[in-house]
Amino acid sequence: MAEFLADYLSPPWVAELAAAGVHCALLLALVLTAAAAFTWAERKVSGRIQDRLGPTRVGGRFGWLQSPADGLKLLAKEDLMPKDADAMLFRLAPYLSFCASFAVFVALPLGDNWVSLRMSTGVFFFLAVAGLEVFGVILGGYASSSKWSLFGAMREAAQVVSYEVPLAMCVVVPVMVAGTMDLVAIGEHQSGWFGNWLIFHDPFTLLTFFVYLTCAVASVNRAPFDLAEAESELVAGFLTEYSGFRWSIFFMAEYASMLAVSILASILFFGGDNGPIPVAGWLGLTHRTGPLAGYLGNLLGMVNILTKGTLGVIFMMWLRWTLPRLRIDQVLTTCLKYCIPLAAAMFVGAMLWTFVERGGFSGDWSIFRSESDLREEASAENMDLSPSVAHERGGLSP
Amino acid sequence: MMLDAINWHSCFFLLFAAIACSFAVAVVVSSNVVRMAFYLIVSLASVAALFFLAGAEFVGAMQLMIYVGGTLVLLAFGVMLTARGPLVSIPTGGGQWILATIVGGSLLVVLVQTALSVGDWRGPTTPQAAAEQPANAPPLGLAMLGVRADQLDESNPRRREGMSGYLLPFEIVSVHLLVVLVGAAYLARAKR
Repeated sequence: MAEFLADYLSPPWVAELAAAGVHCALLLALVLTAAAAFTWAERKVSGRIQDRLGPTRVGGRFGWLQSPADGLKLLAKEDLMPKDADAMLFRLAPYLSFCASFAVFVALPLGDNWVSLRMSTGVFFFLAVAGLEVFGVILGGYASSSKWSLFGAMREAAQVVSYEVPLAMCVVVPVMVAGTMDLVAIGEHQSGWFGNWLIFHDPFTLLTFFVYLTCAVASVNRAPFDLAEAESELVAGFLTEYSGFRWSIFFMAEYASMLAVSILASILFFGGDNGPIPVAGWLGLTHRTGPLAGYLGNLLGMVNILTKGTLGVIFMMWLRWTLPRLRIDQVLTTCLKYCIPLAAAMFVGAMLWTFVERGGFSGDWSIFRSESDLREEASAENMDLSPSVAHERGGLSP
Repeated sequence: MMLDAINWHSCFFLLFAAIACSFAVAVVVSSNVVRMAFYLIVSLASVAALFFLAGAEFVGAMQLMIYVGGTLVLLAFGVMLTARGPLVSIPTGGGQWILATIVGGSLLVVLVQTALSVGDWRGPTTPQAAAEQPANAPPLGLAMLGVRADQLDESNPRRREGMSGYLLPFEIVSVHLLVVLVGAAYLARAKR
């Protein structure tokens, strides 16, 4: 993009700055729109589940202006801070949370190569950065110098630290089947009909998805794992002393990370930007046909991936308004006694399945050859060796 | 325009290096446990940003995962074990200052001397170089087991000896973690 802008903006450093700004603005728009839409959806979904209507009046039909009205109300609220609070940390904590859950989107591809930063270890980056969101919660809970807040923060620390282990193990399974940690390449690996999606690859990946789902809900601190803000026992947990704008920043962070784990699930298990039916392939909407067709194909891919991500978020809302909250000991039992052993068993099972599928000891293991070997072969055949081609030639696709 | 070319790489390097250094100093100066932990997080995260800047995403993510995540556990246990009143503070004694200055100062002297003894530093390479490399997890996993699949075709045998994979560090880290685990289990048992 910087090269494209360099034609219009005279010094190259302005073009680079503008390119970075466009990336940031687009991602910020996505995250904030999603947060506003999900706040409204949460009200509607919870209303319907409890046999109510939810918001109906604000902005005419369906109460679609409810989120902006909420935002205005929160902005107009008095900015309160406890007298004993650690002022600096109390003020910083919400932004820390939001930065972590926003930074995750840098690595998430929203279409074929529509990604701010394509990383060869994108999955790992996601896990590392998503784990930082809990800092805001813990610092906020501690800095409030309130016992409710501290209890909430400590519960959150125990929960997130323990659930990171099975979550990472679940994420490793699709990475192992696809043979790469690059999120774009994992998406490409599943192109075609929905039978190619990794969740349908073998029974172990199917089960892995459900373990991932449990751990993802726990790691974004949603019901039935929302012990950090359990309102029936801890007033509002780590959020007790927060009000107004800072409180809303925490909520934006929560919705952003819900969307992030849902999009990661759709990339790892549900084909990423590939729809269930390869419509884009039939219509010729790829970059081979032309730039406009490639753009339309990418747009279709983005619609696909955002639909899947939104469905994931709505599923989490459904869970929240259906299941009762667990106790802290039940939360840790679920993690240590069920999720970790299941994830480990699925890991071994998927490994053996992949091993047998590729023909056991006499199979095609060319994926383990060095990259330069592949490059030499490709240059011998006068082929253009892009990473995706190297990926296909690595013996992954049957 | 004032400048025709700004090297963003150098700008961000200076920015993150300054953040890392100043917050490291803040960790030493502060006496509040939780603020210290927060400063440590910022400092370690800027070091991770420096790794990302150098195109070493895996190391950068590792830094975030292990060091910044490890600080989280440190913070949680620090608060749980030390907080009697709200916002506990631990002043640093005079003896600790002297000892820490000697250890830290000697390390700084060694590092500065090493940095100055390097003949010429290579300038920043293009950040796109890392992104253009083929992305495959198996070579990384094999390197952890001691086989550098990406370097097998290195013709110079003397250079191949230096590329022996990461099996030894991997094993050392595993044994280290095992010792920590046994120690934690022992501490938890001794309470009863």
